[in-house]
Amino acid sequence: MPSKREPRPMGRPAVPEPSLERAKILDVQDLTLRFGGLTALDGVSFDIREGEILGLIGPNGAGKTTCFNAITGVYRPTSGDILFQGTSLAGRKRFQITKMGIARTFQNIRLFKAMTALENVMVGADAQHSTGIMSALFRLPKHRREEQEGQDRAMELLRFMGIQRHADELAANLSYGDQRRLEIARAMATNPKLICLDEPAAGFNPAEKVKLMELIRRVRDQGYTVLLIEHDMKLVMGVTDRIVVLEFGRKIAEGSPAEIRDNPAVIAAYLGVDEEDAS
Amino acid sequence: MSTAVSARPKRGAGLKGRVVAMPKPLKITLWVLLALLAYALPLLEPPIISPPGTDFGGVLFTVTIYCLVALGLNIVVGYAGLLDLGYVGFYAIGAYTAAILTSFHANWPLLLALPVAVAASTLSGVLLGAPTLRVRGDYLAIVTLGFGEIIRLVATNTEWLGAAKGISNIDRPPGPALFEIPHLNWDTGTPLLDFNDTTTVLQFGVLDQIPYYWLGLTVVILMLFADRLVKDSRVGRAWEATREDEDAAELMGVPTFRFKLLAFATGAFIGGLAGALYASRQSFINPLSFLLLYSILFLAAVVVGGQGNRWGVLVGAFLVAYLPERFRDFADFRVLAFGAALMALAIFRPEGLLPPRRTVRAKQMEQEIDALEEGAETDGETSRA
Repeated sequence: MPSKREPRPMGRPAVPEPSLERAKILDVQDLTLRFGGLTALDGVSFDIREGEILGLIGPNGAGKTTCFNAITGVYRPTSGDILFQGTSLAGRKRFQITKMGIARTFQNIRLFKAMTALENVMVGADAQHSTGIMSALFRLPKHRREEQEGQDRAMELLRFMGIQRHADELAANLSYGDQRRLEIARAMATNPKLICLDEPAAGFNPAEKVKLMELIRRVRDQGYTVLLIEHDMKLVMGVTDRIVVLEFGRKIAEGSPAEIRDNPAVIAAYLGVDEEDAS
Repeated sequence: MSTAVSARPKRGAGLKGRVVAMPKPLKITLWVLLALLAYALPLLEPPIISPPGTDFGGVLFTVTIYCLVALGLNIVVGYAGLLDLGYVGFYAIGAYTAAILTSFHANWPLLLALPVAVAASTLSGVLLGAPTLRVRGDYLAIVTLGFGEIIRLVATNTEWLGAAKGISNIDRPPGPALFEIPHLNWDTGTPLLDFNDTTTVLQFGVLDQIPYYWLGLTVVILMLFADRLVKDSRVGRAWEATREDEDAAELMGVPTFRFKLLAFATGAFIGGLAGALYASRQSFINPLSFLLLYSILFLAAVVVGGQGNRWGVLVGAFLVAYLPERFRDFADFRVLAFGAALMALAIFRPEGLLPPRRTVRAKQMEQEIDALEEGAETDGETSRA
């Protein structure tokens, strides 16, 4: 899809095959998060390689979303560090982290409901823009250029998601599935290098899930790196290159989908000892 | 509620759709005619509309001041979603700065004092916003409420600011008296030109307030353009995104604090401008002109009209400023009727007379999605096994 996308200063390679030899894009080091007496994350370490799809799975309450929130700056780690392309994210504001190149979607859809689909995506695209009130008021060339660029990019992304015909509808008026797709488009519009999807398939029927899987692969093929939280094992096994398993805030396993499937600790903790049908 | 709401928006959308669909030259002509009509209104003195017993020009000037204030407050409340209960504070700062500089402590001409007044109120907006915009919702409302009262109390208790007796002889705008225009007289039932009742164009005097109205109307029109240009840009989108979901906006790369502060400062800018113009027209101000009641009235104008819609808040401002003047005859019951009207509105049009694009359909959809999402969560639990 976005054929005429400008190369960004820190351009991303569009390499199809995943490999552990590729550069770490995100490096989570010994991440610990405590809320009062509750330890939500306990010394979790993993990394994400450029151009791969990493699955983050675990039972409810395992700390997946907490981990997401720590990466995107919503929570400050109690200890440990998160490096993005070698730079620590500690002390950075949420919008700065987004501008650095990490975008996310939400488990519970959080669109700007009273804005149109196109505007929603344009807000994402604005992350790379800097038009201020004076540029807008006097319609300076910068405003025109950025507005045009943002609109083109937003339309491209809506087309990529297959929801371009809803561009002028309010986000709240879109169907449930289209809202989920719109969230992904909005996150992609910020021009991230790493895109974090928090249960993008929640509430989808099996057919829609298959389509979504296809879509996530296509997102990766655009050159994005994807971090995926998902409950649906089929989806996770089918689409990810590597999987990290959390339980009670600890990492209990890491490896390829096949390795995870056969890992006894994972089966015991997550899939249930006797259940093989999850694959 | 649902029936009352669902009956109307369609017609509004249709009207808007028809206006939008018009060819551009026709649209421009229409707007120009409308503006000319607005300018000519106090000269036409149409019966029924022009309030009996009071100066129509003066009433219309008050309406334009309310319109200006409503546009400014709409940026804060309607676009950025920050509940400001102390907006009169900025209005007071604008008015007092103009008063001090043109009369009380200096002798500046109004045109020189005006930019300073506006700058002072903008600065006060930034100073108030910088620490307080970190709190949300109800807390912000309380802090701003306090701000408005503090400004008034400081003015009441400071001799340097004229204390309770206020400041008089505030400068008027310079006006070359160009020529005279007769008003229409409807006494006989048909409109007649009345050459005994004329307005001197651009002479800002005590008796004839129509030039003030023209000035106010011009400023309102300019602000309407500015409002549109800013709303329809990255800035406007950032404001709306912040209003809709502050956390999500921040995570989409919007520096929400900076944009909230910008909204606050912009609102204060317009509020200060309105205050300075008001002070000049009144030529006299004292702390009683800046009671909490006015903050509430300003907010009422925005909410009644439909926050987030610039035309809606203009309608709201018109109603809040004009109706009490028009029905001065029922002076004792004015406030009662006003309260009843507000209550009726809250019941039948909770989103204001002209709500922004949010429609009934959007609300229904929201409920459906909430239901689906609940389903999704349980679905997630079961598939986890």
